[in-house]
Amino acid sequence: MNKKPKSLRPLKAIKYLFKKPKTLRYPFELKEPSERYRGLHLNNWDKCTGCGNCADICPNVAIEMKEIPEIKPEEGEKNERPEVDYGRCCFCGLCVDICPTGSLRLSRDYLHIHFDPDTFKLLARDEKTDKEHFLPPEKYSIFKASLAHRKEDYEGFAPDLIYALFDPERIPMSQIPPGERKSSFIEQVKGFSQEEAQKEASRCLECKLCEEVCPAGMDIVDYVRNIWDDNLEGAIRDIYKTNPLPGICGRVCTHNCESACVLGHQGDPVSIRWLKRYAVDNIPLEKYQRVLGTQEIESIGKKIAIVGSGPGGLATAYYLRLMGYETVVFEKLPKPGGMMRYGIPEYRLPYEDMDKDIDYIKSTGVEIRCNTTIGKDIILKDLKEKYDAVFVSTGLHVGRTTGVPGTDHPDVFQAIEQLRKVTMGEEIKVTDKIVVIGGGDVAMDIARTLIRLQMQEFSRVDIAVSCLETRDIMPATPEEIEEALEEGIDLYPGWGPEEIIIEDAKITGVVMKKCLRVFDKEGRFNPEFDAHEKMELKGSMVVEAIGQGPDFTFLLGGIKEELEYEGRRIKINEYGQTSLPWLFLGGDLIGGPDVITAIDTGHKTAKGIDRFISKNE
Amino acid sequence: MRELELYFGPQHLGMVGNFSITLKVEGDRILKATANPGYLHRGFEKLMEYRTWIQNFPLVCRLNVIEPDHMEMVYAMAVEKLAGIEVPERAQWIRSIYLELARVGSHLFGLWAYANMLGFDTIAQWAMYHRDLILDLFEELTGGRVYHIYIWPGGVRRDFPDGFANKIVETLHSIGKCVPDYDDTFFNNPLFYERAHGIGKITQEEAKEWGAVGQVLRATGIPYDIRKVEPYAAYDKVDFDIPTRENGDAYSRIWVIRDELIESVHLIFKLLDKLPEGEVYNKVPNPFKWKVPKGEAYVRVESSRGELGLYMVSNGKDKPYRVHFRTPSYPHGLTILEKVLVGENIADVGNTMISLYVVAPEIDR
Repeated sequence: MNKKPKSLRPLKAIKYLFKKPKTLRYPFELKEPSERYRGLHLNNWDKCTGCGNCADICPNVAIEMKEIPEIKPEEGEKNERPEVDYGRCCFCGLCVDICPTGSLRLSRDYLHIHFDPDTFKLLARDEKTDKEHFLPPEKYSIFKASLAHRKEDYEGFAPDLIYALFDPERIPMSQIPPGERKSSFIEQVKGFSQEEAQKEASRCLECKLCEEVCPAGMDIVDYVRNIWDDNLEGAIRDIYKTNPLPGICGRVCTHNCESACVLGHQGDPVSIRWLKRYAVDNIPLEKYQRVLGTQEIESIGKKIAIVGSGPGGLATAYYLRLMGYETVVFEKLPKPGGMMRYGIPEYRLPYEDMDKDIDYIKSTGVEIRCNTTIGKDIILKDLKEKYDAVFVSTGLHVGRTTGVPGTDHPDVFQAIEQLRKVTMGEEIKVTDKIVVIGGGDVAMDIARTLIRLQMQEFSRVDIAVSCLETRDIMPATPEEIEEALEEGIDLYPGWGPEEIIIEDAKITGVVMKKCLRVFDKEGRFNPEFDAHEKMELKGSMVVEAIGQGPDFTFLLGGIKEELEYEGRRIKINEYGQTSLPWLFLGGDLIGGPDVITAIDTGHKTAKGIDRFISKNE
Repeated sequence: MRELELYFGPQHLGMVGNFSITLKVEGDRILKATANPGYLHRGFEKLMEYRTWIQNFPLVCRLNVIEPDHMEMVYAMAVEKLAGIEVPERAQWIRSIYLELARVGSHLFGLWAYANMLGFDTIAQWAMYHRDLILDLFEELTGGRVYHIYIWPGGVRRDFPDGFANKIVETLHSIGKCVPDYDDTFFNNPLFYERAHGIGKITQEEAKEWGAVGQVLRATGIPYDIRKVEPYAAYDKVDFDIPTRENGDAYSRIWVIRDELIESVHLIFKLLDKLPEGEVYNKVPNPFKWKVPKGEAYVRVESSRGELGLYMVSNGKDKPYRVHFRTPSYPHGLTILEKVLVGENIADVGNTMISLYVVAPEIDR
């Protein structure tokens, strides 16, 4: 081919003179962008949680999270929305692939012409929440196209879970199967291995929405990161900053954090609870004091009495101890732990794991005196003489009854009392056919405890659980209900008891009536029944688990009269301080419902007591 | 005669890209040429040390404006090698098809540059139009026309849309129909022959000594191609030829490019025929918690301009420790250009440079 060509053929090109030009006469002739076109952003404000992952991944720092005061964020969300600077955006679409809710997309619009660089910033929205700037075809004109004049329904590059940069699926937790676990009190959840924990921890996107909803404000992102980094000592240091009972919370926490986790929108949230448990379980108790730097705590010579050794009392005792106070905890029952020990069954929270948390708290110098009832063995006023301040967190240990005819029969029991007896090693009555009334966690706990006892005695399960609420609004955690069903309970949601049938002084069943609604329009508890729709649940014993109330024995001895009240409640300030400045209340007494909330009251009262003692406020 | 110093570029009609050459001339003969890069230095290699593994992925393509795709490929390969990520079979095939499309697009763009520079405006317009058809394909596949941001560690970013394979075939056929017109009006045009024949001639020994790769090397008769030497993606699964020429001048180089373009089209057809089904992406770790194990990797691919290498070091953190590209335009645009320009005419400076297929952004990075 390196010989010089000779020809007139190049003149062939002349034929193209007579062909139609290929050039588009833009904008009169338009070319439709492709379906995957990566143009200007679209963001569904209703779906967007303000997590800020788009801003974090943007390689050009083109996205800034802007606070939108008009948005009232739901629990676990922020009122921030991404603002894109089109002077920096490179339209790579990483923000779309990282968006855990799938709210962020790119459109096929790409036009914006303006002399003012400030107009190149856009709070991305879409036609669902912004009808003003997203226009139907008849109102749209290419001559006006800009960031504020866009076409509606013009989606381009869209998110796809298969190609997402996050992992929507969690690492499954290995558990003992229902058939095996229902005949013993062995712990159901086995816990993560190191590999599983690191893999699960690596899913966390670090947006910190979880930390906003944790009642105790735990540094979740930090400890999850440390677990991923295989730095367990760092992880428990992060955990103990805000939670002195992580082994317990790692098992039975109600995990608001996981409900807020953004990964839950299109997949499973990070198993934050199991990760905490993994970190705590894998460091021996002997190392705790060294790791947490609590070998020697300098005392400041002030003494605080704490009544009740539940989570509220222990948390307060621990944080006051860290500040140098001498703390003594009084417990009515033989062992510390309160409702955690005497309410939560062993298969959910084994005693040895609870003891590990409590033993560490003891090792820092917190003294726990069991078998001491305040109001009986010692009165509150005496405590006041010996101690600089008193904190009471005695919880809710008195079961409520439905009060329907027949509840005075000896074979009608209170769930909370039965659970306490099981923990204390006492025998409780178990028959082959049992009716449980209640739909909360305590009802599930007693039902599942009775399942195990029935299996041991009769080798079969026959327990009917009924509650006023329908399945979707049952107060028990969904997984608890699921697991109870797996173990073989019969669930009757939406029914309320009318009377307990007694024949020959023996219970034979409970007449149930259909519940039409539980709450009235104002949201108050006010059930309404259909008197015509009835059924009978067979059973030879009944357990009531419809809630618990406080025991105010501790107020005996002249305190009751000195306190100020707000309605029927004892008046307290934000630190749990009553009108008697030396007396503080916490835990379930001032508001539940769970361990982590009680720990939070512990933070507050520890601060309040310190404030009272150092500044006398 | 008096010796003069002449600054050729970066503002010069014969110069493509932000690049300049300082010439020492006597009359219109060149006595010495000194390449003078640096007008386009963006510090990519340093920038990459400050970005996480996934944030670098939309960045690397910008090293070479004309064919960003091989840059994405070489980066993805390096990360996969360091992190031990497997790539699904179908993704490998799609990568090959995509890279060959990039080669076709790039060669058409090169044809535009060459024809335009020599004043063959008609052919330049055709080439630009045909490249646009390739860009339409890219837009449909990836959502971007120029920067596709498509090959990422672990596979590719999205699978083919419905009916995409047919669209590729149709588009390539419609371009292929015009090959005889290109041949008659450009490649076999006596005027072009006169202009390109014997310009920037390199012997086989010189090419080897000066580190020539790609068309510059193949135009001297050596069939050296990384796709054969060290196959990657799906190049070892199909059969294809390496076009070569003997003369080593600008005319031979443009013919190698032309033959390669046609060979690439055939290669795409072969790949599409056997394209396997399956996944196209193996998830990489969460970008905010991704540490690549300690180590170093050197990977290379055959870009449209020749061997493109990437040396990357990881010190076990969330960002690369060091990144260095070995781009084909570097030896072509600096060493070889300086040598072959000596003795040439001033009018042939741009001609020589473009025949070496130099892309200035690759030199400066």
